[in-house]
Amino acid sequence: MTPEQQVQASWAEEAVREAALQESGVAAGPVGREHLTTEQQVLQRIDAARQRKARIKEERITLAHGAGGKATHTLIDALFLEAFRNPLLEALEDQAVLSVGGARIAFTTDSYVVSPIFFPGGDIGDLAVNGTVNDLAMSGARPLYLSCGFILEEGFPVADLQRIAASMAAAAEAAGVSIVTGDTKVVQKGKADGCYVNTAGVGLLERPVELGAHRCRPGDAIIVSGPIGDHGVTIMLARGELEIESDVTSDTAPLHGLVAALLDAVPDGVRAMRDATRGGVATILNEMAKASNVAVILEEDKVPVRPAVNGACEILGIDPLYVACEGRFVAVVDGDAAADALAALQGQPGGEGAAVVGRVKDDPPGLVLLKTGFGGTRIVDMLVGDPLPRIC
Amino acid sequence: MCLGIPGEVVELYADRADLAMVDVSGVRRAINIGLLEDEKIQPGDWVLIHVGFALSKIDEEEAAAALAFLQGIGQAYDEELAALADSLIE
Amino acid sequence: MRFVDEFRDAEKARALSAKIASLCEPGRQYKFMEVCGGHTHTIYKHGLEDYLPEGVSLVHGPGCPVCVIPMGRLDDAIAIAEQPDVIMTTFGDMMRVPGGRGSFFDSKAAGADIRMVYSPLDSLKIAKQNPDKHVVFMAIGFETTAPSTAMTVLRAKADGLDNFSIFCNHVTIIPAIKAILDSPDLRLDGFLGPGHVSTVIGCRPYEFISAVHRKPLVCAGFEPLDILQSVAMLLEQLADGRTEVENQYTRVVPWDGNRKALQVINEVMELRPYFEWRGLGFISHSALKVRDEYAGFDAEKIFPVPGVRVADPKACQCGEVLKGVIKPWECKVFGTACTPETPIGTCMVSSEGACAAYYNFGRFTRERVQVAIRS
Repeated sequence: MTPEQQVQASWAEEAVREAALQESGVAAGPVGREHLTTEQQVLQRIDAARQRKARIKEERITLAHGAGGKATHTLIDALFLEAFRNPLLEALEDQAVLSVGGARIAFTTDSYVVSPIFFPGGDIGDLAVNGTVNDLAMSGARPLYLSCGFILEEGFPVADLQRIAASMAAAAEAAGVSIVTGDTKVVQKGKADGCYVNTAGVGLLERPVELGAHRCRPGDAIIVSGPIGDHGVTIMLARGELEIESDVTSDTAPLHGLVAALLDAVPDGVRAMRDATRGGVATILNEMAKASNVAVILEEDKVPVRPAVNGACEILGIDPLYVACEGRFVAVVDGDAAADALAALQGQPGGEGAAVVGRVKDDPPGLVLLKTGFGGTRIVDMLVGDPLPRIC
Repeated sequence: MCLGIPGEVVELYADRADLAMVDVSGVRRAINIGLLEDEKIQPGDWVLIHVGFALSKIDEEEAAAALAFLQGIGQAYDEELAALADSLIE
Repeated sequence: MRFVDEFRDAEKARALSAKIASLCEPGRQYKFMEVCGGHTHTIYKHGLEDYLPEGVSLVHGPGCPVCVIPMGRLDDAIAIAEQPDVIMTTFGDMMRVPGGRGSFFDSKAAGADIRMVYSPLDSLKIAKQNPDKHVVFMAIGFETTAPSTAMTVLRAKADGLDNFSIFCNHVTIIPAIKAILDSPDLRLDGFLGPGHVSTVIGCRPYEFISAVHRKPLVCAGFEPLDILQSVAMLLEQLADGRTEVENQYTRVVPWDGNRKALQVINEVMELRPYFEWRGLGFISHSALKVRDEYAGFDAEKIFPVPGVRVADPKACQCGEVLKGVIKPWECKVFGTACTPETPIGTCMVSSEGACAAYYNFGRFTRERVQVAIRS
């Protein structure tokens, strides 16, 4: 490369011009305008930038849009919410709670594109049932009925499809739901990766609970229902590209039983629940901090992680807080109810590893702070990019 | 990028002198130990792993010495704190 | 985890913190540069700055091999990736680094076959599994990583592969440190030496820093206690009036380095006459290229690369951040036009980059954070 020839990166110049425009609200001037000198002013400016309305800058969808982090949220806010806007959608919870003929119905949908389709601890069928059951359970509803739609690639082995269907049947029975309607499409070879599944679910919200990410308040306790990161690490290793062997298996499981135990024990004390899928626990906590405008203070020492998951994450340089689970949820409960809540979870099969991992405070609002095992502090921001493509 | 993680060598390969299986907290991966051919790596040795290669053999004595030294600082610190506390009582 | 957890012990950290405080001359400001991106990452990940007294500040240097890749070079890599029947393989860190026209990530979305690997050996495996494609490995990193790339090329040769090559962007640490020392804007009191680079090059190459420039350097490990101890050792030197090269990371770093590693680098690669470092400009004899004898494994010789230089946007101050002249928040576009989600410069993309580290980890004043953490 020679020093003489030289071009500009137009996208970068454009980004800088735009940012300057947004800040000043007038026609763009030279970027070297009056520059804030104190750190505090700069941080305030950043806060303002973060509050600004979401805009999609890319022209094409990238894997980041599916990772569950910032790009996904931007896509939902700036594209889907813009197009479909209505009060029920705006809540942006894992499910919608509808009032139908006097009953409260929870309704949700999820698509499953995991690769590989079969992995230690389960397969796409397990995820398809448990994932949707869990999204319903997170509202406090009793999951009842599922639909399932298949998009199959030409050439996909029938034996594999039978195996998936068998998994779904078993998972449905374990979760106490019925698959009552469905659809099948076949696309040409190369147009789908083997098998994609979508499930939608309805459940009955019989309890008078009102849960939501915006309900967290200072003094609340944060509980995770068990060790984190098992599913994401399992998928990464199962892809076989990393040549890492381990005993880790996916944690895919239905959570409605744990949720019922929790709500039975502390019917008025639960503020919000979300299952920690793509983007991991860190993403859930960021969503809650932002929706409630509170600070979430997490204690690294208290977060349960299996040694093998930790080992794999250390080798690959990934943070377990961002790794997906498929059978774990985060519950924010009234601080006074934390002990009872924890006991209720720990007493249920699947909840033995539950732990209180942090507290809600009022400042700094909208942020998740981690107190490291070492005693230092750092911010746990929303996931950027996509460390683990297609894990659920 | 400079991510190097210590791992224990658990298995050597009869047919490939430059490979070894290492274990990091129960996670295993075959890595290339060709850069340590002078060291005569054996199962039970600990190595520093970086992008699938062992870069260095961990000197367990040095590690123990380093920890003992840090322990010593810790003790001196505790003693000083105790001394401080005593002097305050007076 | 053995050899890791013991060096993350909070109690010993408090002791070291007290020691560090006691070694500081009252009223004096100390500025130490940690050269290696891995150190930047650890410092922020564990919140180490909370353990240092007000008078000691750590400045982040140019030891982030992702951060120093100029945009034009990325464009060259993308040009190779977009060739028909090419599979480009790269470390995860490179996926979102922006070139003049976008990143690997964007290119992948547009249809190029770009895959993330953990090791160059994984690229070799992909090459063997895809004989009708050509697999290119994006080789980046300092001397820590160059031996692994070199070993992989030797393996490819031994296995008789003709569909594998590397796009070599390895850089060397000493010229970067020299550039820092020659920079008139900087007043540093000492250096935390790059621990893992030193496993390959040893500690001798740093002797010019202490002998000629009269600054102490302590070769530091990557766990929190390693870094704190290294800071204590630097302060001790300054208190004693010494300027020496010391090795804190003795459990891993041999004083003479790794003979075999240096030998394989030398076998496969040689120094380029000059190379552009983002933010530091052109530096002579600071980067490696594949020797002619291994031309069959040199992607630059196999594929046409545009070789066009892309100027940094005027607003981008990555260079000053990399040299430690300004703090991340002092960059005019920090946090507004340039965020981890929409990075303009490399300091924001790499998880080791000073800007990303500060944005993600260190953004709030210590007092506010301390109040929040106290329960």
